[in-house]
Amino acid sequence: MQNSRKVLSSRSDQYFKGLILLLGVAIIAIFGLSLYELVVGGWDALKTYGLGFLTDTVWDVPNEKYGALTFIVGTLLTSVPALLIAVLLAVPAAIFVTEYAPRWLAEPVSYLIELLAAIPSVIYGLWAIVFLVPLVQKLQMWIMTDPQLQKISWLVAAPTGRSLFTAVIVLSIMVIPYTASVARDVIRLVPADQREAAYALGATKWEVISMAILPYARAGIFGGVILSLGRALGETMAVTMVIGNNNAIPAGPFSATNTMASVIATQFQEATSDLQLSSLLGIGLLLFIISVIVNYLARLIVARLTPKGIK
Amino acid sequence: MMSSGVRSNPVKGGGLSSGRRFKNSLMAGLMVLATLIVLTPLLLIFYFLIVNGIQSINWDTFTQLPKPEGETGGGFANAIVGSVIIVGMATVMGVIVGIGGGVMISEYREHPMVPAVRLISDVLSGIPAIVMGLVAYTLIIAEFKTFRGFAASLALGFIMIPIVVRTTEEVLKLVPQTVREAGLALGLPKWRVIYSIILPAARSGIITGVMLAISRVSGEAAPLLFTALGSQFWQLNPFSSLGMAALPLEIYNRANSPFPSSLPLAYAASLILVLMVFVTTLVARIATRKK
Repeated sequence: MQNSRKVLSSRSDQYFKGLILLLGVAIIAIFGLSLYELVVGGWDALKTYGLGFLTDTVWDVPNEKYGALTFIVGTLLTSVPALLIAVLLAVPAAIFVTEYAPRWLAEPVSYLIELLAAIPSVIYGLWAIVFLVPLVQKLQMWIMTDPQLQKISWLVAAPTGRSLFTAVIVLSIMVIPYTASVARDVIRLVPADQREAAYALGATKWEVISMAILPYARAGIFGGVILSLGRALGETMAVTMVIGNNNAIPAGPFSATNTMASVIATQFQEATSDLQLSSLLGIGLLLFIISVIVNYLARLIVARLTPKGIK
Repeated sequence: MMSSGVRSNPVKGGGLSSGRRFKNSLMAGLMVLATLIVLTPLLLIFYFLIVNGIQSINWDTFTQLPKPEGETGGGFANAIVGSVIIVGMATVMGVIVGIGGGVMISEYREHPMVPAVRLISDVLSGIPAIVMGLVAYTLIIAEFKTFRGFAASLALGFIMIPIVVRTTEEVLKLVPQTVREAGLALGLPKWRVIYSIILPAARSGIITGVMLAISRVSGEAAPLLFTALGSQFWQLNPFSSLGMAALPLEIYNRANSPFPSSLPLAYAASLILVLMVFVTTLVARIATRKK
């Protein structure tokens, strides 16, 4: 009796463990399968163009000539400036919330910033089309018509309001909450002694922040910034809706261009040839690989540079 | 939490040079300014959504099908139902695989695959949604030439899984080790301890994770662009080869329409989508706060 029960329970334990392991391994399988599907899908393009796929800027649908460099450049030109703006605003906002604001103000402000992260990308896009695009259009018109600014009017291109510049603004608004919430969490984890010791030495509030808090939180903030970069690189809808969708490297900040994500979004459904489809899947593969590397690096940085005792 | 008790400076007025004092106030001012700049677009977007959304929502919004572009009126009942079906099927996948993965990482720590599952799950969470849409397309639609709604669910499910894994692992960690030992000491098999004691103890936390994952994916439009496709008609069958409507797609299509008469529907859909997302997030928040 005792024996059979033991056998029964160990067998059910085996089944349960097997099921759980199966689900865990399914996660690895999803990853592997995604990579496999993208490689197979993009194989035609990679085989046809080789490395030229990465270094060619021509994206000519009628003549079946596809290079991804334009979109790689477009992605960098949107995400890096957007990230810089986001960091310049998000880190001070996080410092305000943790170090300056009284509790009654800090909570609603950080909650509001988190709400920004919950708004779907496509709604940012709609808002940008209705609100931001006309503003940028006015700015372009002003630069074009003002006699003082004639010299830089070549920067303006067609005054449609849809441009690299517009995309950068929307993207920076979207990235701010991620950067801000990571920075806030990291700053909160700085031990109180660190602060108190600096105050005891007679430091002003700013000196405490710049000499005792920020150096301590630096690694965590940096990791958060890299994570935000990952988000910015793959952000699709809002960027697609305002960037102008032009398959050329932008001549200036007000030119229309495309990112890797936006070209997939606009062309995949309407791709007419197998080679175009394959080239778009190749860009998807590129985006996949870049995201994996960026995410992995971010985690590595956080794990390596964060002082012991801080997650 | 933080030591706000030490904010007054002992040498106030006294030995503080005017340069240091100026820099201190200047920086404080800059922090406030940055916060205001961060909050401005948020308030603008809220104002924009509420004012335009409320004006555009009426009974038809929830009961009618979309009218052809260029015509006024109509609603998007099909998109609301479509979103619920697509996200619902994704949730089943996200819950089963996500909780399973979380349990594996937390309860079978000694298994050699655990570090790989954790790493892959973390990395998976950073892959852009549109790439997941491509994967679902090549896996399902390119293969079977059908199952559009299901392909969309698959993409959203893939996006949900790492979020659920992460939160499940975190809440399971909070269940004290002594509870596991007590269960095992009573002679319960390990699976019984996990299924009947640990998971119920962590239930509210896990539900929070699932809700956050739902709110995250219900706003995704990118992976639906070439899977669900969108539709002007009723489509309740996710295994059909015809397109299926969804709220984020409705917003995208209407926002890009050359007809100004399409905008009210985009506003209404946006307000409803944001409300759905915020309510899910809020419910999740409140559930965790009680813990």
